[in-house]
Amino acid sequence: MRLTARQLVTVASPFAIFLLFTIVWHLVVQTFSIPKIILPSPIVVLQAFWEVKWILLRASWVTLQAAVVGLVCSAVFGSLIAVLFSQSSLLRVALYPYVIFLQTVPIVAIAPLLIIWSGNNFRTIVLVAVIISIFPVISNVTSGLLSINENLRDLFRMQGATRWQMLIKLRIPAALSQLILGLRVSSGLAVIGAIVAEFFVGNSGDYDGLGTIMTAFQALLRTPELMAALIACTLLGIFLFSIVNLLGATLLRKWTKTDGFESE
Amino acid sequence: MSSVIEKAARNLIECENVSLTFRNGRTSQQVLRSLNLQVTEGHIVTLLGPSGCGKSTLLRVIAGLIDCDSGRVAIRDALVSKRMPMQVRREISFVFQESALLPWRTVWQNVILPSELRGEHRQMESRSRCEELLEIVGFAKSDWNKLPSQLSGGMKMRASIARAMSTSPKVLLLDEPFAALDDILRSKLNDLLLSISTQKQCTMLFVTHNIAEAIYLSNEIAIMSRGIIAQTLEVPFAFPRDYKLRSSSEFAAYYGFVTEGLIASTQAMQSIDKQSTLESSV
Repeated sequence: MRLTARQLVTVASPFAIFLLFTIVWHLVVQTFSIPKIILPSPIVVLQAFWEVKWILLRASWVTLQAAVVGLVCSAVFGSLIAVLFSQSSLLRVALYPYVIFLQTVPIVAIAPLLIIWSGNNFRTIVLVAVIISIFPVISNVTSGLLSINENLRDLFRMQGATRWQMLIKLRIPAALSQLILGLRVSSGLAVIGAIVAEFFVGNSGDYDGLGTIMTAFQALLRTPELMAALIACTLLGIFLFSIVNLLGATLLRKWTKTDGFESE
Repeated sequence: MSSVIEKAARNLIECENVSLTFRNGRTSQQVLRSLNLQVTEGHIVTLLGPSGCGKSTLLRVIAGLIDCDSGRVAIRDALVSKRMPMQVRREISFVFQESALLPWRTVWQNVILPSELRGEHRQMESRSRCEELLEIVGFAKSDWNKLPSQLSGGMKMRASIARAMSTSPKVLLLDEPFAALDDILRSKLNDLLLSISTQKQCTMLFVTHNIAEAIYLSNEIAIMSRGIIAQTLEVPFAFPRDYKLRSSSEFAAYYGFVTEGLIASTQAMQSIDKQSTLESSV
């Protein structure tokens, strides 16, 4: 595979920016001799990352589990709600404001409440992840279920298709690509939700996610480790996003492939 | 078989005084104005007319997808409406402008879909009918499991025609099926339609704005303008027709005749429209 100049620029320029940023960061720390409690240099952060890598890995695993369970719950329940919405405009009109409420409620504000109700445990973390990540699924899948190509709808109507057949054989398969789109957004949100919830769970429980150890690092003023944990959070988000993307690509590539023949 | 002659003269599709107005808030547009149309059983009739004259709407009314405001639409004496009984519905099939294949289903799964929706897809009869049709429209068995995204525009349309015929309808309605295809492909598919109509004895109502296609395919051309059938022409060429007809001088002459008719009826309708708007504004 040969890279064109343009492709090279697309790949290399973000990397160059990153490099530049890291160098400036390092120089700033050096020249002003900033204490590492305030701002550690990138090298110190990297060292810290390496030192606590097993702790981070274990914490990431715990957080990943919560985020994945949350994301799966969002996918399942969000899709079910979307199906209900697609079948009844009354339900849609009556409940949609509350779905928007889910989207606009400041998650940081209700996380403490959920902990009181549900406890310092895995379930609470998942619950927060679901609340923050379910909206994109509901809104995308609902619009996918409702915006069916007119010709395809007429095709089904002309065969006297029942509501159920229309849903199972037409609406749901057609909405699958919208589900993937929604999940792409939700995957990042689920990770955020899990970590935010973990902040509040803190060390009081027997729970050890990324958010939990971050609060611990903060309490100990171990800034390099805190920033290393931040890197882990980012990597976790990217990881989950990539999984969803991969899933979507394998599922949808065949349908949407447009290359092929021009004529017979 | 003594009733062949009798049958041949029967009207399969009948539209009497069909009117339809689309209302959208305060604005309303009269799409069909007390339109009359008869289609003889076994014939191919083309609806020819400019864009926006109501061709596709009429087709959808006959398909029972839209109800008309007043008038009567019947297929073999059975009234057509959104709530028509299944046995009437089963007589009608539709080929859409874009092939309208379900992208997540293979060619075979698309063709069997209408039978599936009727719960007949496990019957040997429907399966063998689908197999036969796929062969007629020119699918090699190795292509039956391809997805629509792997097919060319022409092959998609062939699959779409096979699907429409898979329930052996009496009436096939086609809404500008070949509009997006190039001329060579279009004429190939015209020949395919002709052979299907003779093999399956299917009555077809075909919407197009391609004059050559209209002449080549049909027994009759109904020129449509502003919501009415302005003129009906009986096409004077015998069946079976083949590609030689297209290059004959008679064809060219008739092409000119139809074109004039089309222009004349469009202009006539325009002047009537102008008059009526003038009168109503006075």
